[in-house]
Amino acid sequence: MSGGAGRAGAGGSLIEARDLELSFGATPALRGASLAADAGEMLAVMGPSGSGKSTLLYCLAGILQPSAGEVWFGGRRIDTLGETERSALRRDRFGFVFQSGQLVPELSAVENVALPLLLGGMRRASALAQARPWFGRLGLDGLEGRRSGELSGGQAQRVALARGLIKAPDVLFADEPTGSLDSLTGEQVMGLLTAAARDQGSTVILVTHEPRVAAYARREVIVRDGRVSSLTAGRVGP
Amino acid sequence: MSVPLTLLGLLEREPSHGYDLKRDYDLYFGRSRPLPFGQVYSTLARLARDGKVVTAGVEPGEGPDRKRYVITEAGVSEFDTWLAEPAAPEPHLQTILFAKVVLALMLGKPAGEYLDAQRAAHLARMRELTELKQRGGLVDTLLADHGLFHLEADLRWLDLTVARLGALAREVQR
Repeated sequence: MSGGAGRAGAGGSLIEARDLELSFGATPALRGASLAADAGEMLAVMGPSGSGKSTLLYCLAGILQPSAGEVWFGGRRIDTLGETERSALRRDRFGFVFQSGQLVPELSAVENVALPLLLGGMRRASALAQARPWFGRLGLDGLEGRRSGELSGGQAQRVALARGLIKAPDVLFADEPTGSLDSLTGEQVMGLLTAAARDQGSTVILVTHEPRVAAYARREVIVRDGRVSSLTAGRVGP
Repeated sequence: MSVPLTLLGLLEREPSHGYDLKRDYDLYFGRSRPLPFGQVYSTLARLARDGKVVTAGVEPGEGPDRKRYVITEAGVSEFDTWLAEPAAPEPHLQTILFAKVVLALMLGKPAGEYLDAQRAAHLARMRELTELKQRGGLVDTLLADHGLFHLEADLRWLDLTVARLGALAREVQR
């Protein structure tokens, strides 16, 4: 695990959004969205299409900057950092898995997995040596030299998962990680994601509209109209 | 789950003692509700009375009953007919939830909150089933999958209903 996972923010959480607001043109995407996740926690963010759940994830990850509100990570406010610092944060402390893998087509599978290490300045031979064991772990033995066009959807997504986790990120952001996969392949990817994140102690922010995927998380919140609601089972009212 | 038909199916596989039938029933079909021995033998007695099974001698050994049961042609026919006929799709839960939503809206009560609470309860159960899948074997996985897909269907209905609450309120409050 990398260094900061144990450092909590002001509220005791590892990563936290406070009253985020963001509009795209005249369309508000976030209207006072707040959520917090603890170190090592897996949190599902659910909600209908267009509710703002992906926008919230991108703000938490420092990809988008909210127009109002605050984002905290490891006791430090990060939404006010410059692009260079936020880029370094994404590279060094965060991991990402998106719906369709988004592998670099010019690189082999093992180079894709090693990419975060290479971008961090690690020597090529060392980076590839660290990337190779992931292929056995994720059932991808023998596919190290394939390019993304030569992989099935499930294989490409497992390669993307290895790339997201290879630096043992403090936070793994997963945006509909099984959205393009059939049920059985999606289940395999979620099983691997859950086990690997747990082994590494990574916090996972999992955006999904699929309840069967959200069920892998310990807790879920729902985003509606740019705001976040926590769900608690039990009787409504007094 | 029909106990007589399930026992007939197990007997179509091979002639068995009551004890073996209970063991296999509990292993595959009765995980949360094991079959009492009394029900096994009373069911077998009824099946024998109706000509669906016959006993093939009594063997010495331990246990309350060492009769070996064999399925008859009539038993095979009944089991195969049941197997081939699709079960009636039963939207059992929706009727309860639908009644709650409509009544809540009629009475001006917080239907959205009731639905969110139901949604959380469904997700909590789905989480339990997902954990069962992760630590169990293939049989557990298949049983959990069945529950998960049904719960997911309910959740899709809940989501759609939440999105339609405003229109539904106007409809039922007229």
